[in-house]
Amino acid sequence: MRLEPIANPSLARRIGLPVLALAMTVICGSLLALTAGADPFDTLRLIVVGAVGSKFALLETLNRATPLIFTGLAVAVAFRARLWNIGAEAQLYAGAIVTVLIGTGATGLPPLPLLLVTGIAAMFAGAAVLIPPVLLKTRLGVDEVVTTLLINFIMLLFVSYLLEGPMKDPAGMGWPKSTALAKEARLPRIVDGLRLHWGFALAILSAISVWVIQTRTTLGYEIRAVGLNAKAAKFAGIPVNGVLVKTALLSGGLAALAGYSEVAGLKGHLSLDLSPGFGYTGIIVAMLALLNPLGVIPSAIFVAGIFVGANSMSRAASVPTYIADMLLAIALLFMVLAILLTRYRVKRG
Amino acid sequence: MSEIFDILLTASFWAATIRIASPLIFATLGELICERAGVLNLGIEGIMVIGAFTGWVAVYMGAPLWWGVMAAMTAGMVFGLLHATLTVPFGLSQHVVGLGVTLLATSTSYFTYRLMLPEVTSPPKIEPFQPLPIPGLSEIPLLGEALFSQTALTYAAFVLALVVALVLYRTPLGLALRAVGENPAAAAAQGLSVTGLRMGAVIVGSGLMAVGGSFLTLSAFSSFFFEMVNGRGWICIALVVFGAWRPGKAVLGAILFAAFDALQVRLQQTGIGAIVPYQVFLMLPFILSILALVIMSRRAEVPAALMQPFNKGER
Repeated sequence: MRLEPIANPSLARRIGLPVLALAMTVICGSLLALTAGADPFDTLRLIVVGAVGSKFALLETLNRATPLIFTGLAVAVAFRARLWNIGAEAQLYAGAIVTVLIGTGATGLPPLPLLLVTGIAAMFAGAAVLIPPVLLKTRLGVDEVVTTLLINFIMLLFVSYLLEGPMKDPAGMGWPKSTALAKEARLPRIVDGLRLHWGFALAILSAISVWVIQTRTTLGYEIRAVGLNAKAAKFAGIPVNGVLVKTALLSGGLAALAGYSEVAGLKGHLSLDLSPGFGYTGIIVAMLALLNPLGVIPSAIFVAGIFVGANSMSRAASVPTYIADMLLAIALLFMVLAILLTRYRVKRG
Repeated sequence: MSEIFDILLTASFWAATIRIASPLIFATLGELICERAGVLNLGIEGIMVIGAFTGWVAVYMGAPLWWGVMAAMTAGMVFGLLHATLTVPFGLSQHVVGLGVTLLATSTSYFTYRLMLPEVTSPPKIEPFQPLPIPGLSEIPLLGEALFSQTALTYAAFVLALVVALVLYRTPLGLALRAVGENPAAAAAQGLSVTGLRMGAVIVGSGLMAVGGSFLTLSAFSSFFFEMVNGRGWICIALVVFGAWRPGKAVLGAILFAAFDALQVRLQQTGIGAIVPYQVFLMLPFILSILALVIMSRRAEVPAALMQPFNKGER
């Protein structure tokens, strides 16, 4: 077989194929439920109800979507420039560490400046984690996929060290977690009584900002040019390495905001289970959003909904929660295939 | 420093080194075959998980140990087929597909494990491969215990390295494989099937990665744990680069790496371990892998067409 480019893909093709990819994912989900001995329709219904069926469920989904919007944006920004940042997990924890460092110290700042300073410091920390692998890529040609992945493991061990040593909560009863943040260092709830904090609003704001940067600024143009064809971009006078470093600053900073928002908004302290792989899931979020910053918002809510829904479903039905990870992996693979087939036709021979 | 020398002089240290290196050798050779044909296989981490799980589950359900290895290999090849189909004929991003395959293989293993053992708290054990001392050779002092009192799967890893090297450099198949990884257009002009060779390489390579995973459950730990592969797949990708895409050097790299790993475990028990936090020791393998990548970065021996899809229609 070979692939033949389609000059002007029809609207039906561009919408139909992604919809078909999601439909195939649902079919696979039904088959998995059957394998687990559960009723497929019941399982799917329980997932949907568990994700958006009540005010509590919906808020839970939005809370879970918040860090995913940040990591999804971090990945979308980087992948757009063909910078393969798989290290959002490490950058998230860098942001979380800085948030705890500042938030538990006696800074004497009033809440708003304190939150601003913490957020900016967290972003710098996240960027600082991504810069070394990017410099290794631009200077020595070391593949950033492997280095950013390996740094994730190093960072988790570093957090483990901090939680058992310098940052240990003396009142933690042996459970490795950090001292709690001071009250003025916490992100308040958007509406009193509703379990949704300002981190969610910040995530939406970040998505809009990234969209503005990508579509309305020179940097955004340069990022796209580097991603489409680095050689041509260089020929056109774009400083490719400089653009990659700027992209890394933005990407690492966004991933760090996920850690900042989880610590300051949701948990109030740092622990080793702060992120159940938000950094890696960000890759799925970004791909399902077709790397579009605004698309990251619905994509993150969808992915969060599957996790929250599957969690609540597995309590009622006998289907393990890992069905969520399987469904997302299947959705990812079908989606990248569907997007390819909107632009190419498969020919025999 | 004297502690380090004391450790280096014990046979058990070298035996552990060879044992730790074995799964890495299988998986590194698997990745090397894929990359030599021009395909980066980031599915490695997940394929090692599914190998570890499938091998264990087959033996747990009563299959003989070697059948467990075969079951693991088959599972790995199935995921290899998925990876190959998406990245070779369809030419999709090898990064995205690889990570997707890793996620799918890992979650499939965990899903099935939970389905089969819903309530279990401590993972059930199986009877793993036992050491198989080679008569005569195993009686050599130091060397005998280190090299010739290993399990059959370890010997298989070293034999496999030899086979892979022979096939790659001494057979027409190996030449064809290297050709599609260096210059697919020229290979196609010679009448070779780029698609077929690349898909075959990814499927076989993935099978070997899964065998590497099954070593963990069938020869090293005798149970299946979540997170048990713990980044070994990513380390193997670094080892392929460190070995400059050559089987012999990759095996040496795996042994060197395993020696550091065995050393850090033993150093934790010494006076150094009392001062330095244990997390620093656990970080060493990952830091070493990054260092290996940096040191080897100047050598331009990368297969020229690595990560470049080939579409017959295009020029």
